Amino acid sequence: MTRTHEPPQPAAAEAVPGAPAAVATRGLTKRFATGQVAVDGLDLHVPRGAVFGFLGPNGSGKTTTIRMLLGLVRPTAGTVHLLGEPMPDAAARVLPRVGALVEGPAFHPYLSGRANLGRVDAADATTDPRTRARRVEEALERVGLRAAGDKRYRQYSLGMKQRLGLAAALLRPRDLLVLDEPTNGLDPQGTREVRHLVRELADGGATVLVSSHLLAEIEQVCTHVGIMGRGRLLLQGPRAELTARRGVHAVVRTTPAHVEAGLAELRRLGLPDARADARAPGPADEPTLVAGLPDDAPPPQEVAAALVRAGVDLVAFDVRRPSLEEVFVELTGEGFDVAR
Amino acid sequence: MSPADVAAPARAAEDARYAPRRGALGRLLRSELRLVLGRRRNVVLLVGLALVPVLLGLVLFLTRDTALAGQGPPFVTSVTSNGLFLVVASLFLCLPFLLPLTIGIASGDAVAGEAAAGTLRYLLVVPVGRTRLLLVKACAALAFAAAAVLAIAVVGLVAGAVLFGLGDLTLLSGDTIPLSAGVLRVAGVVAYVGLSMTGLVAVGLFFSTLTEVPVGAMAATVVVAVVSSVLGQLPQLEVIHPYLLTTHWFDFAEMLRIRPDGGVLAEGLAVQAAWVAVFGSLAWARFTTADVSS
Ligand SMILES: Nc1ncnc2c1ncn2[C@@H]1O[C@H](COP(=O)(O)OP(=O)(O)O)[C@@H](O)[C@H]1O
Ligand SMILES: [Mg+2]
Repeated sequence: MTRTHEPPQPAAAEAVPGAPAAVATRGLTKRFATGQVAVDGLDLHVPRGAVFGFLGPNGSGKTTTIRMLLGLVRPTAGTVHLLGEPMPDAAARVLPRVGALVEGPAFHPYLSGRANLGRVDAADATTDPRTRARRVEEALERVGLRAAGDKRYRQYSLGMKQRLGLAAALLRPRDLLVLDEPTNGLDPQGTREVRHLVRELADGGATVLVSSHLLAEIEQVCTHVGIMGRGRLLLQGPRAELTARRGVHAVVRTTPAHVEAGLAELRRLGLPDARADARAPGPADEPTLVAGLPDDAPPPQEVAAALVRAGVDLVAFDVRRPSLEEVFVELTGEGFDVAR
Repeated sequence: MSPADVAAPARAAEDARYAPRRGALGRLLRSELRLVLGRRRNVVLLVGLALVPVLLGLVLFLTRDTALAGQGPPFVTSVTSNGLFLVVASLFLCLPFLLPLTIGIASGDAVAGEAAAGTLRYLLVVPVGRTRLLLVKACAALAFAAAAVLAIAVVGLVAGAVLFGLGDLTLLSGDTIPLSAGVLRVAGVVAYVGLSMTGLVAVGLFFSTLTEVPVGAMAATVVVAVVSSVLGQLPQLEVIHPYLLTTHWFDFAEMLRIRPDGGVLAEGLAVQAAWVAVFGSLAWARFTTADVSS
């Protein structure tokens, strides 16, 4: 886990050792003509082979960052390396290896989905025109659009448009996929399919950078996470580390008569912040006690056993790791879905 | 073998897989032409232009034996005696407004249309280099301008032949040249008019790189053509007249003199070349540096 103001520790997060990072930025900054600093001093590090969840509320600078990664927007300051090569100078060499979805799909409305993919492929100077038809069919198949391939794009539903955008990114094998809010507009089933696709791509050896303002939608597929807030990268690193080291809690449900005894026993065990949690869900006659488990605390099974030995009614016992959302709220002091 | 020896062939294969292939520019250009010339709005515009010679021909045909015959602007009066003149008369009528309107729409849309649809960002990340993309857009806009002029010319020729028949061409001076030479002269007129549109295409392309609102770029392009011809009518501004976009448009008539003055034609084309150079450079400078945040 790397707080961005500490020196970056790429080696620790390297999913494929030795290979240059899939995405590496230094001090990446964008100040728009309006004076707004949309992205502020980003040191982003996405190791090869990672599924990197690029998370942050609406307006936190995710899309602007992605535009700079891909050479669409010129940084005010800072550098970008994709797959070890400098952007935008090496765009012609690097971008054929990168599939991208940026701020929603966009195609010609009066062309069919199939014709649109053909046009995207015809624009790629590095693909073989003889295999185009086959690759277009495969890409359509992969996102479940084969049957609707001859419909005009304008007749597509939002979900179908999003799928076509993914198909365009998958017209050829890629080393890196940059997917900006790929689940936007999809129903729960579509969202599951995108997660499945991301996992499949990662299994095939690709690095995936996937952004979202809805953390819960992609949290589960990520190996790494970066959290944006107000243009800054607040936190990045392997997901497991983010949630493991930070605030593991013992949650004890007991009976009203045993609240005081329970708290006393928890404190005796070296959990000084033990407290009754009045807002916890659950029936009123089963109050909840919460206690942080610092590294030097006894392991959870001993805590449970000690409570039983002390005669405290144990209705339920649980160890809870904070969700990423809780980590985020803790970091920023604000909810996840607030607009800027 | 050291790891480096093993990696080298793999890297070479990798490089080959991502190397540009022969004919790539041609493929993109074909795709672009199909898009521009296949687009329904553009086809409607071309059909609209093609209707001008048909309507003009029919009006002249139906009134040819009445008191109204033989009236009208130059070239129009000659149509009934020789169908070849229908081509020239139709171009003459379309030049002030219809042709600039059509070409302004197509060239103003070139980049701004892709920006508005959001497809521009996807072309750039394919990747298509910005200079290459602008070049392809310029070629397609020029091809559309050529198609517009040719639509008038070809339909004018056919309609003229059917309604009035083709014959030896009577030039402005009153001299008559044989049909074959006459066809060549009219082809020269068509070519000159087509080349006269290149400056406007460049202007439209430049405006198109400035905005994500295609209608704005289209309107601005048409306004440039209109303002240019208004300025061309103010004698007070005579000193700038030679450099205006529209001043030399009607010099195509030179082709219909017994001895066309090459100097006059060359001057008209040189002015167009200058507009192309200036606005082409501006478009390039803008497009290769602009943030694409559409
Ligand atoms: N072209 C632009 N000009 C000015 N401000 C912009 C532009 N694009 C984005 N912004 C601003 O930058 C901030 C970050 O936007 P964005 O990168 O789209 O955030 P996200 O993708 O995380 O929702 C927002 O406040 C947005 O209004
Ligand atoms: Mg966004």
